[in-house]
Amino acid sequence: MGLSNSIIRQNYIIPADDFSLAGEASSSVKKMLNQLGVPPKTVKRVSIAMYEAEINAVIHAGGGTADVAIDKEKVLITINDEGPGIPDVELAMKEGFSTAPDSVREMGFGAGMGLPNIKRYADKLDIKTEVGKGTRVQITVLL
Amino acid sequence: MKIDQLADLIQAKILTDNKSLDNEISGAYICDLLSWVMSHANKGDVWITVHTHLNIVAVALLVEVACILVPEGIQVEEATIKKANEEGIAILSSNKTAYQIAVEISKFIPLVK
Ligand SMILES: Nc1ncnc2c1ncn2[C@@H]1O[C@H](COP(=O)(O)OP(=O)(O)OP(=O)(O)O)[C@@H](O)[C@H]1O
Ligand SMILES: [Mg+2]
Repeated sequence: MGLSNSIIRQNYIIPADDFSLAGEASSSVKKMLNQLGVPPKTVKRVSIAMYEAEINAVIHAGGGTADVAIDKEKVLITINDEGPGIPDVELAMKEGFSTAPDSVREMGFGAGMGLPNIKRYADKLDIKTEVGKGTRVQITVLL
Repeated sequence: MKIDQLADLIQAKILTDNKSLDNEISGAYICDLLSWVMSHANKGDVWITVHTHLNIVAVALLVEVACILVPEGIQVEEATIKKANEEGIAILSSNKTAYQIAVEISKFIPLVK
């Protein structure tokens, strides 16, 4: 792989309520990993997990930021938002649990599968959240 | 099966340009819940969905489906077709229902997954 000992860092803004742009950050990371020669299966896991977190920030939290750090061992993605927070993370992690409004359900979001997908595709998922303050979703995929 | 063969088979219109027709089709997947698709659809599937907004392109690329197929003559937004052309994924439109399409595809791709 074309990765030396250095760390590659990228920052993205996840715009609020703009579904047409939702996914730009994960798509850019996907292209970067492909260029670095990361195995396709790993690229797919990273990009699906990141896309789900990115879309969650758009739908549930009015946008946020994404920070990506890639080193020899792992891809570390941190999605931060200043949205409403998640009152019960254990419940939110359950397949099928969703508070998505009808307007986004009509677009096919709101299956309540995003967080379970992230858990499945990531090697590690860490959620820090405070009601009224925001949420930090940290995804690690080992290389 | 190739995408243009599929188009012939079900009399579908290919809405995107012809740069994205190389993918080999190895199955089909029908679902309109995007996260569900990202969890269960397979690489190489024809993804049949009634959604036509931009995000279907992102989902299709993430799951690496062979192409997107919009059934029942539903109109696909111009912006979605443009994005699909940029990203190199084909979108097809058919007047048939998802069920009719699946029946046709199953004659060529056996259900062995
Ligand atoms: N960043 C966030 N801020 C606030 N709440 C969130 C956030 N991410 C997730 N949630 C809460 O957790 C629930 C479950 O999230 P999950 O991604 O699994 O499903 P969903 O987004 O509702 O639907 P899907 O991802 O299947 O389209 C959400 O409905 C929402 O209540
Ligand atoms: Mg979600």
